[in-house]
Amino acid sequence: MEAVVSDAPETLMALTLTVNGDRVRVAVSPTRTLLELLRYDLGLTGTKQGCDKGDCGACTVLLDGRPVNACITLALSVEGARVDTVEGLADGPRLHPLQDAFVRLGAAQCGFCTSGVLLSAKALLAENPAPARLQIKQALSGNLCRCTGYTKILDAVEDAARALCSKGQQP
Amino acid sequence: MIVGTKIPRKEGLQKVTGAARYVDDIVFPDMLHGVTVRSTAPRGKIKAIHFAPSIRWNEFTVITAKDIPGKNYVALITYDQPFLADTVINHPEEPVVLLAHHDKHVLEEARRAVTIEVEALPPVLTIEESLAKTQIVWGQDNSPHENIFKEYTVVKGDVAAAFARQDVSLFEAEYATGAQEQLYIENNGMIATYSAQDGVTVWGSMQCPYYVHKGLLPLFALGDDKVRVIQTETGGGFGGKEEYPTLLAGHAALLAMKAGKPVKMIYDRQEDMAATTKRHPSKTRVKSAVTKDGDLVGLDIDFVIDGGAYNTLSPVVLSRGTIHSAGPYHTPNVRVHSRAVATNSPPHGAFRGFGAPQSIFALERHLDEVARKMALDPVALRKRNFIRQGETTATSQTIREPVDLAAVLDKALAAADYDAKKKRFLAMNPSSVVKRGIGFATFMHGAGFTGSGEKTLASVVGVEALANGHVRVLAASTEIGQGTNTVFAQIVSDTLALPYDMIDVAQPDTRDVPNSGPTVASRTCMVVGKLVQSAAIGLEQTLVNAGDYKHGAGADAFAAACAKYIAKHGSLKCYSQYQQPANVEWDDKKYQGDAYATYAWAAYVAEVSVDMATYEIRCDDFVAAQEIGRVVHPVLAEGQIEGGVAQGIGYAIYEKVVWKEGRMANGQMTNYIMPTSADAPPIRVLFDEQPSPHGPFGAKGIGELPMDGPAPAILNAIAMALDVSPRAIPFLPEDLMALVKK
Ligand code: FES
Ligand code: FES
Repeated sequence: MEAVVSDAPETLMALTLTVNGDRVRVAVSPTRTLLELLRYDLGLTGTKQGCDKGDCGACTVLLDGRPVNACITLALSVEGARVDTVEGLADGPRLHPLQDAFVRLGAAQCGFCTSGVLLSAKALLAENPAPARLQIKQALSGNLCRCTGYTKILDAVEDAARALCSKGQQP
Repeated sequence: MIVGTKIPRKEGLQKVTGAARYVDDIVFPDMLHGVTVRSTAPRGKIKAIHFAPSIRWNEFTVITAKDIPGKNYVALITYDQPFLADTVINHPEEPVVLLAHHDKHVLEEARRAVTIEVEALPPVLTIEESLAKTQIVWGQDNSPHENIFKEYTVVKGDVAAAFARQDVSLFEAEYATGAQEQLYIENNGMIATYSAQDGVTVWGSMQCPYYVHKGLLPLFALGDDKVRVIQTETGGGFGGKEEYPTLLAGHAALLAMKAGKPVKMIYDRQEDMAATTKRHPSKTRVKSAVTKDGDLVGLDIDFVIDGGAYNTLSPVVLSRGTIHSAGPYHTPNVRVHSRAVATNSPPHGAFRGFGAPQSIFALERHLDEVARKMALDPVALRKRNFIRQGETTATSQTIREPVDLAAVLDKALAAADYDAKKKRFLAMNPSSVVKRGIGFATFMHGAGFTGSGEKTLASVVGVEALANGHVRVLAASTEIGQGTNTVFAQIVSDTLALPYDMIDVAQPDTRDVPNSGPTVASRTCMVVGKLVQSAAIGLEQTLVNAGDYKHGAGADAFAAACAKYIAKHGSLKCYSQYQQPANVEWDDKKYQGDAYATYAWAAYVAEVSVDMATYEIRCDDFVAAQEIGRVVHPVLAEGQIEGGVAQGIGYAIYEKVVWKEGRMANGQMTNYIMPTSADAPPIRVLFDEQPSPHGPFGAKGIGELPMDGPAPAILNAIAMALDVSPRAIPFLPEDLMALVKK
């Protein structure tokens, strides 16, 4: 096992990506994960780490609209891509209907799984604006939540889907 | 009234926007990271610690037990657990060396370059070995307490006489429950700083800031004001952040002191699962004496829990398990003998339910088996024996408040369509590969600390008014997802007739808030909430006495009165301290009396399907009905029940800790399986409200209750579906296969 010094300048490589609509250029080590990049280099700490192995979904972000586990995605592999995190969900002071439903309906308890769940749900609604309950369950099955037993999360996603549909809005 | 409404939770917005700051979101300039080097042997003597020469150790901060400035023990009930093992290893995750460095990756390599040379001793790894005293791993040799942390005996009536009666049938069986990991999604983490002037300050994920405070004082031999503990937003606890964070805070602070820099320690999932506490495994032998009509006239229960290597909270966990073991039944003759034993696995600790889920599992399974053997209806058997107002529990506590558990059970059974489904499943099962079952459990859960616990704690809460009329609750009770902030604000809002938005809850920081006790034991809303209410009343009374305000005069009048008072006196705070209600009495020696001020009562119904081709077991539907006093916040209360039920389903049929030489072998979410959204059934929650005088606005405790019922209800449903008697959880497909192939 050889030592890997992540911040040794000679190992850094240039990376360009779009995060929540902003173009970002950074220099990262080849071993840096997208999660580390977001949390520790860009200060976007809303995305959480619960396992670092792809098991819990707390680190879910959208990569060109598709949910991925940022903890097992290498930063350099997202060159040129669009990354969306929880920080970009609200439109200024206006909450996204998913966020609004999560607050009103009690879908966030400790809140640690919440960012990941919100982004998985956003990806689902983009693809399927009126999902059946079973489809929501399946779409969120990679996001572990230990607090809620999922009922309120499912209720909130349904509620947000209705709100989005009635507004004729794109999720 | 805000109490009883679905007002949005106080910190909800921060949680859905990613703005809430958890411990790993906080960074200090020049901060180091810390890691722990642990023993690998379950038991032995430390011979030497080797630091491989491949590492430039002078770049690291290195701590061993020799560096501890004060006492090397974690102050809790007893002082047996060291912060760092010095000479003796008692479990395979025993912390021995701490390392800090600014680069996490280098640190990980260094951790692997430390070898702890241990002269191995034979370990004790099971309850049976511990009771057989194959090795004495705790307590003095030849004392009656060899390997026994704690022992209780509860006696009511004359059990021997009941069992000798001619008109009773006798039943006996043994039940077992496994360890369970709390599995909060945020791992344990702490940041510590040290300076000669301010002493130690720690920030972290925790349930009980004053436990950490109490633990750090002797470790550093510092005075009260030189240790400051601040809770950061906490990503779930469930008991797993009750006592363990003290150890981690001590570690981070030791490193910070030596390094002279802030040190952050965040466990990774594997370390968190392996090294921190889990639910106590248990064995329960239940003997019962039942008349032919189904009167439960005698219960003789032997309850044993595995405490792991150190005492920690095992005596209190054992106490709750012991008191709940005889269930919500009026049984005239009861004997409960219970022990918490020592083994060489990491200490087992607090987990939602705190001993009760273990002993309740045994009794509720047992009663279904009794009903089956006597060809009695399990519903009728329970109803015949339910405790009623004026009757007594196993500790001879007279239930003074009205209780109608039969009504709660009827409500649950009706919602679940129990009778029709049971009939249908019994008719269909013989010809079906997928067998279906429906089962239930009835139980109670005491709110607040056991026995004289609340009296000993003597918790204090403060309420402070600001010049703009805003009111801040000062309490060490933590928001860990369950809704502390919201519930406290609701209570103050209604008590003072002020808008919810004018009430804030201070961040728990031992410099600023009094010790309102730990955030455990379903006590925050009921016990601490009542103190919040009386402090608020006191605060208002101060303004009234000053002649500047009268109740209900409105927010503006209140703000004006506060401004005037504060201009004159500097500040306006009011504190309230717990007083044991006059009619609550407990005898710690005889283990008799009012074990809890009040109880919540519940009936849970589970529906399962069991695929006899694949042995897959699923919980398809769940109804949770309970009487919990006044429901302070319907959404939060339902959320507590739903979350607890899901954890209980995991406990029953998914979550298995695999042990190898005292160590958890499956310490990752890949192969320790908790329910996902695809596994969790619909959970329907029903409340009955019988306001209790012991809580604010009639509220009782609910946090732990939902953990008690799912496992026995599900196993009873499996027993019905297959006509078998499963007696151990977790009950996984391989266990089912073994049972039916036998
Ligand atoms: S942190 Fe990425 S899946 Fe758990
Ligand atoms: S809200 Fe706590 S893990 Fe989901």
